[in-house]
Amino acid sequence: MSDDQAPKDYKESFIHLEYQYTAGSATTTFLNQVKEGRLVGQSCPKCKAVYVPPRGSCPRCGIATSIEVPLTDKGCVESFTVVHIPIPGNPIVPPYVCAMIRLDEADISFLHLVQDIEIDQIRIGMRVQAVWKPKDEWTHSLENIKWFAPIDEPDVDVSTLRFKPS
Amino acid sequence: MIQAGVIGVGQTNYDSKRRDVSMAGLVREAIDKAMLAADIEWDAVDAVVLGKAPDMFEGVIMPELYLADAIGAVGKPVLRVHTAGSVGGSTAVIAASHVCSGQFKTVLTVTFEKQSESNATWALSPRYPYSPHINAGAGGYFAPFIREYIRRYEPPEHIGWKVAAKDRQNALKNPLAHLQIPGIDEKMVSETPMLWEPLRYLESCPSSDGACAMVITSEDRVGSRNVAWIRGMAVRSEGTLSAGRDEVNPQGGIDCAKDIYQQAGIQNPRTEIDCAEIYVPFSWYEPMWLENLGFCDLGEGWKLTDEGVTAMDGSLPVNMSGGVLSSNPIGASGMIRFGEAALQVMGLAEDHQVEDAKISMGHAYGGAAQFFAMWIVSSTKD
Repeated sequence: MSDDQAPKDYKESFIHLEYQYTAGSATTTFLNQVKEGRLVGQSCPKCKAVYVPPRGSCPRCGIATSIEVPLTDKGCVESFTVVHIPIPGNPIVPPYVCAMIRLDEADISFLHLVQDIEIDQIRIGMRVQAVWKPKDEWTHSLENIKWFAPIDEPDVDVSTLRFKPS
Repeated sequence: MIQAGVIGVGQTNYDSKRRDVSMAGLVREAIDKAMLAADIEWDAVDAVVLGKAPDMFEGVIMPELYLADAIGAVGKPVLRVHTAGSVGGSTAVIAASHVCSGQFKTVLTVTFEKQSESNATWALSPRYPYSPHINAGAGGYFAPFIREYIRRYEPPEHIGWKVAAKDRQNALKNPLAHLQIPGIDEKMVSETPMLWEPLRYLESCPSSDGACAMVITSEDRVGSRNVAWIRGMAVRSEGTLSAGRDEVNPQGGIDCAKDIYQQAGIQNPRTEIDCAEIYVPFSWYEPMWLENLGFCDLGEGWKLTDEGVTAMDGSLPVNMSGGVLSSNPIGASGMIRFGEAALQVMGLAEDHQVEDAKISMGHAYGGAAQFFAMWIVSSTKD
């Protein structure tokens, strides 16, 4: 390395990015229901797969998921990890459980927290149910659910959950 | 179809902070090395194909424009490729397809990441609108898939440690590799802190600065140069949030591998491929991808790892360069796999050369494991 290639001084500066997010019709419909404490997925008219949260189309068939499917707030842990490191910008204090939650009757999972149980007791296939915030705090967000907590039901064999087109 | 080959591979050294160079200096360093290896001048370059991971990783949007001078693209066709972590692989495939199309004779391709200029874990952990802030970096995303792999096949815990130690031992033979950990072994890996269960610190890839470039040319321009012939190449993607998707063994990876084996006339990859550079950013992805790529049956990948088959002296060495676990300039990580595969069949891999390597594989995956890119390179044209 010649002198002119010697390491230079670097300054750290932060940028602030503000996004305008347009939810689109499927997510808007979903969030309007979430604000009322309901979880409503959408299903594909062709392969019948149920998507929650819905994105408005079925990636399998490439068509609109126009049929609304009311879902329960119960499901199971499809898989999970325990996050031990602090993530920059994330207010959640580790360790915490980040789980793929598969609601009953849904054919995809979404990520959410699992609490009200010792971390080393959590397992794949464990039955869980949403723990909602007080109703007066409900907004257009899945944060209306504080976390999922275990319920006293037998574990599910997750290998049986794989979607098969009808 | 016109046959294409790699005639030059150039890599920077990989480090956590390459503060001696700007982004432009970094890509040019790799390009200069690739062009020197290929023994070509700028007038021979017909087009430039650049790839890198999401622009948010450095906060420089469309860097291919600012880099036009550094990559020699002024007045020439330039294309930018985006496929998240697999981008280094897909960029190589797209550059090669420009040559195979007959439209361009010689294409320069370069990929890079300068992770030190931002924080990729932050960039991968955004709070999605109207959702809890739960994203926890790439490890947080892939760890549940790994846990599901372990649930299905019940491999012993040390498999992950073994991959992590093996790849870092290989890195000790590659002076460009970022992580150089003397004395690295399974015990050392197993004693590092847990980050995302079941992944420990040393089972995870580092954040690196670095660039990789290649010169790909058509058969009529090869001349007497040393060449890695591209015998099969493909990309595949699948719907991330598609019902029925198997994140542990994605269909896109299965299909992509079958496609390149068919192009290259490979019936049995396990015996016909001499060595492979596979995208393994987290230790357990070695056995997972061995299965996905058809090197063995489902549930058998961890046994290949355990038996030492994938070690430097095994019958199918994997990640001789140290792999993504040892150097991870994300946008370049896929191209490093492809370039290292080429170096093996050109006999230029120096201390991490697999003896008599004739056919090798480069593999990359990215995003939520929904993007795949692969190629087979050979010392012979057919």
